Amino acid sequence: MDYHWNWAIFGELSPDGVNTYWQMLLSGLGWTLATSLAGWVMALALGALAGIARTLPQRPLRMAAGAYIELFRNVPLLVQMFLWFFVVPELLPRAAGDWLKALPQAPFVTAVICLGFFTSARVAVQVAAGIDALAGGQAQAALALGLTRPQAYRYVLLPLAVRIVLPPLASEFLNIIKNSSVALTIGLVELTASARAIQEFSFQVFEAYAAATVLYVAVNLAVTAGMNVLERRLALPGSLGAR
Amino acid sequence: MASIRLFVLLLLALPGLLHAQQAEPPRNGTLAKIARDGYITLGVREGSVPFSYLDDKGRFIGYSVDLCMKIVDEVKKRLNKPVEVKMTPVSASNRIPLMANGTIDLECGSTTNNAERARQVAFSPTIFVIANRLLTRKTANIRTLADMKGKTLVATAGTTTLKQMTALNRERNLGMRIVVGKDHPESFLMLETNRANAEANDDILLAAQVAGSKQPADYAIGTEALSLEPYAIMLRRGDAPFKEAVDAALRAAFASPDFPRLYAKWFTSPVPPKGINLNVPISPQLQKVLANPTDSSDPAAYR
Repeated sequence: MDYHWNWAIFGELSPDGVNTYWQMLLSGLGWTLATSLAGWVMALALGALAGIARTLPQRPLRMAAGAYIELFRNVPLLVQMFLWFFVVPELLPRAAGDWLKALPQAPFVTAVICLGFFTSARVAVQVAAGIDALAGGQAQAALALGLTRPQAYRYVLLPLAVRIVLPPLASEFLNIIKNSSVALTIGLVELTASARAIQEFSFQVFEAYAAATVLYVAVNLAVTAGMNVLERRLALPGSLGAR
Repeated sequence: MASIRLFVLLLLALPGLLHAQQAEPPRNGTLAKIARDGYITLGVREGSVPFSYLDDKGRFIGYSVDLCMKIVDEVKKRLNKPVEVKMTPVSASNRIPLMANGTIDLECGSTTNNAERARQVAFSPTIFVIANRLLTRKTANIRTLADMKGKTLVATAGTTTLKQMTALNRERNLGMRIVVGKDHPESFLMLETNRANAEANDDILLAAQVAGSKQPADYAIGTEALSLEPYAIMLRRGDAPFKEAVDAALRAAFASPDFPRLYAKWFTSPVPPKGINLNVPISPQLQKVLANPTDSSDPAAYR
């Protein structure tokens, strides 16, 4: 290797003349966190709804939820990003499309929407799987006690199902953080994009990507640790999914 | 938790392992390497029209590639033996690591020679001089950067142009919204779909974008030159004998009576695959460089 190492590069002023390269990376990290957290909130809400609909006795609702899941699960994330960013505004009425394009943070908003829908389909499958894992017994017992179906879901099925699917949901949370890097293709300067920019400006490629790697890993380890704590807090002795 | 701890330890050890890599003695230069292996590897680009790109027959062609072949001829002459030429496609992101680890010996693309990069690699004498300019729709009535006050500008991620526009935006208080395209085609797409009022880029790249677009007549390239940047062929640092061969080959090429024909072949006549003609005659800045070749990374040297 004939490579000129320079770890001090992060302290140097970046070409924008205001921030150091290190600040540039941190700003990228900020966008990564903002995008994945906002997307995660959206994914949990939509995913829970679609997942519950998957398990209801009404066939049309089950079908609709199934169609929703297949739509967002079977198209590659990169393609979905492009569709949301470049195609959707062109399909809308002219005024609406122009308004979308002129949004001050168009790439960020688009990335959140895209990641939210994409991840919600995966969350929905897991929520449905968690409810199905309780077999029919729990639901029938709850209904036999005189609970209405919404009450059965609220007091019996969902509390138990959430505990079962917590580990896969944690993985999904890690996934959305990693998937947020795809947003660089629509111009969001998140962590991967800022690492790329640093290497393009300074040619210090290994330092830039090494720092980005360490930041991703640190964030994901923190998420993993947090999810572990949550799992222990929620553990119900004697139920499925308890440790 | 134990597994996490082990993983963190491994990560912390990584920089040390990478640094250990450097401890190997520097090789005795690219010329010796070519003599030993019997081949030279050129790093080429897939889409830098007309400098270095893939044609419809799957060959890498272009102005930079032709100049690199002149360097190969010079190397053959100096080593006094046949040298096979291998071409490896590189991207803006991996050209440096591939140069550093010896995968490629020359990078024949459209790479700007600037002071920051010169700390990492060496550059041949300048082969082309570009100016950063604005590309707009004719209907937008944007003549200069001052007309962009409060409007949206697109530039490509990681380019020297983006860097310069960010600085100008601050210095001149333009209050532009700067959006970032991931690569040149995408930046142009942002302009084409009206997500941006103007695209800032190297004028030669803009000329290629317009010539290849659906409605070339709709666009205008600004007359205001926002910066001058030298393009050069990249090689490894601290390799004086090889650098000397590269310099000699290019000096001879620039001085040769054949040079105007080589230039015309790529910049003022139709080029494959679509037969697009960029119509970019030799600029006064390039004339100056051809008369007095220089590998300076200072833009002021090209005014």
